[in-house]
Amino acid sequence: MAKAKGGVEEMVLKGKIKVPYTWYVGECASRFYVELRDNKRIFGTKCAKCNKVIVPPRSSCGKCFVPITEWVEVKDTGVVQTYTVVHYAVPGIQPLKPPYAYGIIKLDGADTGFVHVIVGADLTALKAGTRVKAVFKEERQGNMLDIQYFTPV
Amino acid sequence: MERIAIVGVGQTKHERRKRADSFADMVYEVTTKALADASMTIKDVDNVITVSNDFWDGRTISSMAVTDACGSNGKNVSTVEGDGTFGALYGMMRILSGYYGTTLVVSHLKGSESSMPHITNAMFDPVYERMLGLDSISSSALQARAYMDRYGITEEQCARVSVKNHKNAKNNPNAQVAMDITIDDVMKSRMLADPIKLYDCSPISDGACAIILANEKRAQKITKKPVWVRGVGYCAEAYHLGDRDLADPIALKAAAKKAYSMAGITNPRAEIDVAEIYDAFSYMELLWMEGLGLCEPGRAGRLVEQGVTEMGGELPINPSGGVLSAHTVLVAGLVRIVEAALQLRGDSGKRQVAGAKTALAHGINGPCGQSHCVWILGN
Repeated sequence: MAKAKGGVEEMVLKGKIKVPYTWYVGECASRFYVELRDNKRIFGTKCAKCNKVIVPPRSSCGKCFVPITEWVEVKDTGVVQTYTVVHYAVPGIQPLKPPYAYGIIKLDGADTGFVHVIVGADLTALKAGTRVKAVFKEERQGNMLDIQYFTPV
Repeated sequence: MERIAIVGVGQTKHERRKRADSFADMVYEVTTKALADASMTIKDVDNVITVSNDFWDGRTISSMAVTDACGSNGKNVSTVEGDGTFGALYGMMRILSGYYGTTLVVSHLKGSESSMPHITNAMFDPVYERMLGLDSISSSALQARAYMDRYGITEEQCARVSVKNHKNAKNNPNAQVAMDITIDDVMKSRMLADPIKLYDCSPISDGACAIILANEKRAQKITKKPVWVRGVGYCAEAYHLGDRDLADPIALKAAAKKAYSMAGITNPRAEIDVAEIYDAFSYMELLWMEGLGLCEPGRAGRLVEQGVTEMGGELPINPSGGVLSAHTVLVAGLVRIVEAALQLRGDSGKRQVAGAKTALAHGINGPCGQSHCVWILGN
């Protein structure tokens, strides 16, 4: 039995905080997720000032600090900019069983990186520059995991 | 700007699990240590900044729950949810406002009492990123890979940082993970998220830290060994990882530039005698060295190989063992300031860098160093 300072028995209170949330994703992300869910299409927004196509879309440009209104469809293919293969398991938060990879993927037609998971037969072959393609879920719910994963092509 | 000094410091030993102390015990310990260090009583403290995180403490308004323990009842208390370097910055600003002569800044964390991956996963946007399951290790691995690919930095060069800092920790009685390890030990340690292995990674820690800041008039009455704030710079960049160039720490470059300009430093590598840098992962020490302008981009790996950053080298980095040897999140940046201050006072014991006159302390906030706070201190 562990003893705290002064030789007193160490008492530990166990708890678990589970709070329900309902995050409204905003008009911009709503449009993004509706397209993803209903049409398996990936959309970004394009800043009229710097002409950058931002994916996932934002309603204002972080660089130029102006509102963005133009919508642009990007491809479901792209290039891995950076990646890591995860070897440790955290049940409850990880969408897949390790090992699987994370990548920041520059989708064809986008100017920013898109963070997602990468699954493939040989993850050790993954490199910056590897081309990947999105695999969509059959049953889509309107969230980021409607893209089940990206896989090397 | 009015001159501000650090006049008192206190920290706990940082441990994997502090069985003997509650949050309040830790905060009381460091507050009384800092007051004793400054030969002050709690009555001499004009206002208080507490630094903590609600998710980690498992309660809302965690920063207000330790007010008794830091003696702030009846005083003006304000709070920072972020790294301790930013808490110190706020504490300094409150003195600069002219309303206060002294500020106590105190930070606490018990990483042991909850779940690090769950809590660091929660720093990601619930709208776009959180469901992907990223946490501090996997997101940092994306940055490590981007940085290493850009400049050809090797895993062995990163491993050297871990070897150096864990060895330095042996001279620091407050460090948590002090050990002699080899590059091979690091390379063979368990792969977590490549290229990050277990020994590239800072530990989960419990601990607390406090500093007392004072304006010039009060500082000169309080102590014969004030540590002067010569410059502070801070800057943030984009939140979403995909919006950033993770291999180019632009916010750190901007923060360092401001701090150096304020301190009148033109050649940081030559003018800084010792640096305490936020090395949550081994690659970070290298990347932040470059962002701090201590070498050209891509050159930090070579510098570590040449022993430049070791004790006895031209610019010792993290004589304390750094964050790799104790990572009390939020507290760790404040510890960097304390370690830098102790160096300038000549109070660093076995980890003393002889004759240190100018020291750098650095803290980060947000995923992959989204924001940085750089302090230049002098004696």
